Amino acid sequence: MAEVEETLKRIQGQKGVQGIIIVNSEGIPIKTTLDNSSTVQYAGLIHQLVMKARSTVRDIDPQNDLTFLRIRSKKNEIMIAPDKDYFLIVIQNPSD
Amino acid sequence: MFTDEALDSVSVCSLWRKSRQSAQESRGCQTRAINSTEAEVQTVSTTVSCTQTEPQDQATEQLLQQHLDQPEPPGLKDFLQRVEDAVIRELVRNARSHAFDWFQVNWEDHSQPVSCLHRLQHPSAQERGLHVTSVSWSCTGSVIACAYGRIDDGDWSTEKSYVCTWNLDRRGLNPKQADLVLDVHTAVTALCCHPEQPALIAGGLYSGEVVLWDTSRTQDPVLAQTGLSADSHREPVYQVAWVPLQKRGEFGVLSASSGGRVLLWTVDLDQGGFVLNAAYAMLRQQLPHSSSSSFKARGSSTVGVTSLALSPWDSDTFLVGSEGGLLLRCSFSSQTPAAVSSEGQSVTLRAPAVFSFRPRSGPVHSIHCSPFHRNLFVSAGTDGLVHLHSLLQANPLLSVRVSDSYIFQVQWSPTRPLLFAAATGQGEVQIFDLGRRSLRPAATIDQGGAGQAATCLSFNCQNPHLLAVGRTDGTVGVWQLSADLTEQSPRESSQLEQIANQVAE
Repeated sequence: MAEVEETLKRIQGQKGVQGIIIVNSEGIPIKTTLDNSSTVQYAGLIHQLVMKARSTVRDIDPQNDLTFLRIRSKKNEIMIAPDKDYFLIVIQNPSD
Repeated sequence: MFTDEALDSVSVCSLWRKSRQSAQESRGCQTRAINSTEAEVQTVSTTVSCTQTEPQDQATEQLLQQHLDQPEPPGLKDFLQRVEDAVIRELVRNARSHAFDWFQVNWEDHSQPVSCLHRLQHPSAQERGLHVTSVSWSCTGSVIACAYGRIDDGDWSTEKSYVCTWNLDRRGLNPKQADLVLDVHTAVTALCCHPEQPALIAGGLYSGEVVLWDTSRTQDPVLAQTGLSADSHREPVYQVAWVPLQKRGEFGVLSASSGGRVLLWTVDLDQGGFVLNAAYAMLRQQLPHSSSSSFKARGSSTVGVTSLALSPWDSDTFLVGSEGGLLLRCSFSSQTPAAVSSEGQSVTLRAPAVFSFRPRSGPVHSIHCSPFHRNLFVSAGTDGLVHLHSLLQANPLLSVRVSDSYIFQVQWSPTRPLLFAAATGQGEVQIFDLGRRSLRPAATIDQGGAGQAATCLSFNCQNPHLLAVGRTDGTVGVWQLSADLTEQSPRESSQLEQIANQVAE
């Protein structure tokens, strides 16, 4: 437990990080540093997007797979590290 | 022979009474009883309906809390250890990266940067070849006021002129028919709408008079006028501006003329119009010496003021540009008396100049203070250059070649810190974006018609996508600016700050 919390703290300590969410493979949030409603919204929407991105990559080349997804927007950047069982979502405003 | 005779009384019964009495009969009569019934009716309707929502599903919340108590989901620790390095590496790299710094996606409109919405004209002014000398938006942003006069004619004339207003939000706007036409006895050289009251317009005339019109009065719209007294200007008024006074919500009119006077008027309707509140005189011998300026005393001692700007940040400061190319920073609170006799004047003339910027090589037609930075202002004149100045430095920070011809007016955008527009003698309005690497115009407004100069322009503070441009052919163009030219990008303010902190060479 402590190790997980320590890791999250280290990531949260990086420059401009606004929030971290860990989502399981069904799209259900497991750990979060954001409030409830944004967590649910981020988790649901990004889970769909990661699934879509992964299937796109694998459809283009079946030997290939998605390793990292970054979404640059006007206000922030969303980084997603996918894995078999979990996704790590980090929201960062790099200009902060 | 005669004896008393006693006669018995004879009674005669009245036969009449008897006969009447015998004829009497009594009869009776009765109406049937009246039946009355009362009936009442009343409707009553009552509806009771209830609704109740199910308590919100707290499943997700419980789930999050559950996991705090429960043991870790299997594999979470390994997962985090696996991705931590990669994520932190990317976060650090991203925070340092400048890859997206000036990257902008335009999702919305790929249309032209500028498009003409209206071309307003007053036919009787056009017939007489009058030029548009000044345009000003009302404080609501829906009415454009436009002054007619001449910019090519230096002679005194008594030619009549007009001030026209159009309400752009009105249904059935007729661009050839102004909503309101005010007749003026001489050319109008300056115009400025009141910052809070939409009906009030202040104007400066070629004769040196300052006029205040109230467009809500249909009979006599002139609310106040300075007339030709010892106090007033005796040369054309080149600029008027509304100045906030000490009392909140009250404004005075500041007017500048080529006679070298800057006068502050307050409106007092009880005393019948304008009352001189403060008077400033620009005299050559009283100007502060700037280190870089080569200063020569010439014949005339007054400095003809051609442009004026107020600082939105510092209510004590105003900037003045002169016919001789001088750029001066002045203070309202200056107490130095002017070295000129104030005979016949009701207010003592004061010398306001506190700082001299590097002089320009021709008349300064326009100055405007940045609405986003307290030290920055732009100036423009006959040399075709726009100078970007800091209030703290004598030399310009930046000089931009806008045109080979004159520049009549330059103005900052009310919404984009790095954007300004300049009206040129060639008829174009050039819009510059200081955020671009190359100093080429970001957009050019060109209405065609060679030889017709653009004399004035005005951004609309309420509707920032509107820009009004007045021209010497007597038309006022209302242009729509695209989102590129009106929406502030994220790092613009910091870039403006950088520019302001530069040291001029």
